[in-house]
Amino acid sequence: MHGAHGRFSIWFFIGVLLTLYGVIILATGLYEIASPPAHPVVLYRLHASVWWGALLLVIGLIYLIRFFPREQ
Amino acid sequence: MLPLSAIFLFAATEKLLSLSPVDILVIALYFAMVLGIGFYLKRFTKTGEDFFLAGRDMTAWIAGLSFVSANLGALELMGWAGSAYQYGILATHWYWIGAIPAMLFLGIVMMPFYYISRTHSVPGYLKLRFGEPSRALSAVTFGFMTVLMSGINMYSMALVMEIVLGWDIHFSIWVSSLTVAAYVFLGGLLSAIFNEVLQFFLIWLGALVISILGLVEAGGWTGMVHRIAERWPGQDYTHLWSDLGSFSSNPMGIHWTGIVLGLGFVISFGYWTTDFLVVQRVLSAKDLRSAKMAPIIGSVFKMAVPFIVILPGLLALAVLPERLVGESHAAAGVHTYNEVLPLMLARYCGPGLLGLGITALIAGFMSGMAGNVSAFATVWTYDIYRALIIKDADDRHYLSVGRWCTILGVLVSIGTAYLVMQFASIMDYVQALFSFFIAPLFGTVLLGMLWKRATPAGGFWGLLVGTVSSIAMWLWVYLDHSALRYVALSPRAKDMAENVYRALWSWIICVIVTVVVSILSKPKPQHELVNLVYGATDIPSEGKLAFYQRPIFWAVVVCAIFVVLNIMFW
Repeated sequence: MHGAHGRFSIWFFIGVLLTLYGVIILATGLYEIASPPAHPVVLYRLHASVWWGALLLVIGLIYLIRFFPREQ
Repeated sequence: MLPLSAIFLFAATEKLLSLSPVDILVIALYFAMVLGIGFYLKRFTKTGEDFFLAGRDMTAWIAGLSFVSANLGALELMGWAGSAYQYGILATHWYWIGAIPAMLFLGIVMMPFYYISRTHSVPGYLKLRFGEPSRALSAVTFGFMTVLMSGINMYSMALVMEIVLGWDIHFSIWVSSLTVAAYVFLGGLLSAIFNEVLQFFLIWLGALVISILGLVEAGGWTGMVHRIAERWPGQDYTHLWSDLGSFSSNPMGIHWTGIVLGLGFVISFGYWTTDFLVVQRVLSAKDLRSAKMAPIIGSVFKMAVPFIVILPGLLALAVLPERLVGESHAAAGVHTYNEVLPLMLARYCGPGLLGLGITALIAGFMSGMAGNVSAFATVWTYDIYRALIIKDADDRHYLSVGRWCTILGVLVSIGTAYLVMQFASIMDYVQALFSFFIAPLFGTVLLGMLWKRATPAGGFWGLLVGTVSSIAMWLWVYLDHSALRYVALSPRAKDMAENVYRALWSWIICVIVTVVVSILSKPKPQHELVNLVYGATDIPSEGKLAFYQRPIFWAVVVCAIFVVLNIMFW
């Protein structure tokens, strides 16, 4: 979907960045589960990187798909 | 509105955080994205209207998020988190009563006059309403204040990056400011707004995780309150209003009258309704209804900001094993109030999340700076260059001037940053600038919009005398500290309280002078007031809209939530 004057919507850019961040942070969190750090952060057992990365990925994909540039 | 305590000098020598390659990747992606957006949007920025007002086609949501994001600078985040650690929940007043009523007032009462008059800027409105002298005075003071604030924020942020991450201070100044210069130069306000909306998301997603994990560790709100009471006996950090009955019963040294009248009325209304840095975002809205809705949407998010700024400061009181100190007690190995946000970030965030948190701080800094630079370029081009230097050039010429003003604004800001590096005491006086320039300006604009009898002479002299009187009061206290008992009503008043009361007095002086001079001078004829003042402006009816589509409905909803929140945390 294009925004005003045929330009890409701002929400599309947000979708791109959040998707990338989601993938990176989720992957880092999963890697930390497989290979626990020597000096874990407080509440490490909650694996915040995994669920926060997953949240970013979901939000990013929603925006990316919803506002992906298409011919009108 | 930045607290003085946000501008700080560290004595600590070791860096707080170490970034992993994943964190660097997260930060690098952010820089690539903001520059990419700037290059992409250049092709859509062909006229002055595109460059300075984003083509006036922003939706209410985009204008509203940009409006609140331009104010959400990194030092705002870190400074107020530090203030929350120092003063407790009292710091929330700067987000609630110090913002919400003013934002709603802008949307419902003042926006129609700004928007219908088709002005490019706040000084531009003063030109239409009061004439060239008022515009020149406000444009010059705004330009001065903007680049000074921009440079000081830049230096302070670079200092933070040096302490928190160990980054070279010159590297931080040049890389961040040239990135902002590049994307504002390319796409103007359109680019600034796109990036501000992006930055808004990053700030929230980067900082929210701290509050959530902090609440988990502290055992929820109730657990946090109990822990604070146990660790800090005899001090109340969790009530908003109950300790404001006297100057001495709260750590801020302020009375509720100062909060309500000085902060809640003059400073807040002055900043949110007349500071062009934020008003410019709303002027980019595509129609009047969007322009009225934008500040209301912004106010909802502003009301929620304490959740990512104040709450981490309170949580730090509950969970951090060490006790933080004020800047004057900073020493090697001892952390200061203003380091509370990075400390909480380091406590909970591993690789990746840490990069996101740092990106949030960088994004906050860049959104604030882009706001300053784009507003400076507009005011310089339209209200100084076109008004006083080259009056009859074509639009292409002013577009070019605007682009180069962006570079000029950034370079002057960098120069200011290096000046502050040499003379750090300049920073102590910055907060006073708001009471010098913004508080009297609010009096002038308010009377201009709501009182037909206000004359050009009244507007100009009110603004001038209000500004001069504010500077005079500051000088009085500077030269004779005992004058604080008159200016701030208490010899115990802290800087923040002094600023609040000085703003109140200068506003009152501005209003009195404007009224007296107006009554003694010749009024403008009715036809010259059309679309500029209440009673002479035909504001489009919203009668055809359903109730839930009307801005006033949502303003009442926000107002109700605001009242409930204040009662909950009374």
